[in-house]
Amino acid sequence: MNDGLSDLYQEVILDHSRHPRNFGPAEDADRTARGNNPLCGDRVTVFLNLDGDEISDAQFDARGCAISLASASMMTEMIKGKSIEEAKVLFEKFHALVTGENGLGTGPDLAELETLSGVKDFPTRIKCATLAWHAMIAALDRADEDVKTE
Amino acid sequence: MATNPKNAMLTSSYDVERIRQDFPILSEQVYDKPLVYFDSAASAQKPRAVIDAISNVYETQYANVHRGVHYMSQKATDAMEESRESVRTFINAADVREIIFVRGATEGINLVAHCWGRQNLSAGDEIIVSVMEHHSNIVPWQMIADQTGAVLKVIPIGDDGALDMDAYADLMSDKTKIVAITHISNALGTITPIAEIIRIAHERGVPVLVDGCQAAPHVALDMQALGADFYVFSGHKIYGPSGIGVLYGKAALLETMPPYQGGGEMIDVVTFEKTTYADLPFKFEAGTPHISGAIGMGAAIKYINGIGLENIAAHENDLLAYGTEKLSEINSLNLVGTAPEKAAILSFVLETVHPHDVGTILDREGIAVRTGHHCAQPVMDRFDIAATIRASIGMYNTREEIDVLVAGLGRVEEIFGR
Repeated sequence: MNDGLSDLYQEVILDHSRHPRNFGPAEDADRTARGNNPLCGDRVTVFLNLDGDEISDAQFDARGCAISLASASMMTEMIKGKSIEEAKVLFEKFHALVTGENGLGTGPDLAELETLSGVKDFPTRIKCATLAWHAMIAALDRADEDVKTE
Repeated sequence: MATNPKNAMLTSSYDVERIRQDFPILSEQVYDKPLVYFDSAASAQKPRAVIDAISNVYETQYANVHRGVHYMSQKATDAMEESRESVRTFINAADVREIIFVRGATEGINLVAHCWGRQNLSAGDEIIVSVMEHHSNIVPWQMIADQTGAVLKVIPIGDDGALDMDAYADLMSDKTKIVAITHISNALGTITPIAEIIRIAHERGVPVLVDGCQAAPHVALDMQALGADFYVFSGHKIYGPSGIGVLYGKAALLETMPPYQGGGEMIDVVTFEKTTYADLPFKFEAGTPHISGAIGMGAAIKYINGIGLENIAAHENDLLAYGTEKLSEINSLNLVGTAPEKAAILSFVLETVHPHDVGTILDREGIAVRTGHHCAQPVMDRFDIAATIRASIGMYNTREEIDVLVAGLGRVEEIFGR
């Protein structure tokens, strides 16, 4: 296969999409935000608990494709224990990764998120990969409205 | 192609390879693979005759219409009005004044909801739609309902996607002011019993607007026999250009309705004291129209007539039956929409793979399908799904392309089965 599909659908991504981590609604979340992709009808809700400036817990509930589920699943694992600022920087790095932009620079290690780099060759799927992240940022910023993929 | 005796009759009168040669885009390669285009329900490809007709407008007959005394203006006007007459015969309307050029079906429905609705709807009145409408036949009615206090009533469908006619009859009441319903569902392919729907509404004197977007390229239309009060469709779905479409309305109704937009072309006399409006159809065509679009749509109708809608429908029905059979052989696949009366659409889901992922993998095989909610979220909710994969069939598709689709779905299983 040389058409990018094997890069896009790596085993670790399929595993996260089949067995999403930190999955399901959280009753006692400090912050909650929903994301909608009006193009495909996919929805994600992100639940965060904060301990001061630190994200002490993160969960998500979603209906979506393999890419959006895997991205959300990895995100919740990655941001736990990070400060609000670190989570935002992580999103910037991740966004650059999946859009193929330069400027990854310094900052937190993307670790397993690197497996989503194949998305950059599938421009129509970038929104799938970033939906949960936009919701996470909205939750941190206490945005009242649902976020949409632009 | 013609070797299967079962299809001898069909293929002898229908040469799909010949037709494919009329569509330049079908010889394009996608990721080094032949384009397999199964997205005609979203927008159909264009035959050379339409592409040439549009070029020809700008090369030999272009000026503004209905305005100039000069030669080119007259030539463009004649060509555009000839196109209007082609539309009239295409749908067998009684009078060419009943053919309003609009940007597309969406604008046609908005026009009726706005102009007819504002005049005829008040608080408590009911608008009947079905659960399988395209958003364009839901939202304009919600907007006018918000303004007038009218309410929407929704006809349900069965598990196979067939319209629940008993429920429809029950919804009909003294409060019902209009029925707005699809002829063929874009998400499911269901053909609604439109003549019966209209008959039941007319028994109570209720007018019916029909969304004919998916029907116009597949079913021969006869407005005089059908009796629809309003019928809309888009040029780009009948192999013509986008940005042009048709609102058919009974002259008696259109004449009672106020104009939609104000401007040039739609007037008779303008003074600051009083403006009188032009006669039909121009009353509803403010501003310079999509001249080349209207002429291009006329060329598309001519092209369709040359092949014959009955022949196109027979070919597509053969592919629909073949595709239904082949897709049904895939264990993890569920067809969404299996009504007995169906046209040209194979909507389905895979049990373990999301439609978006399927669409991406098929795309890399050169196969263009639509994945998503197809601008029909209520019907997705009806089946408790977010999205489907939709392979829609046009006059140029082949059995071999269905086989390519099935092989592509094999690739999906291969990637996701690891």
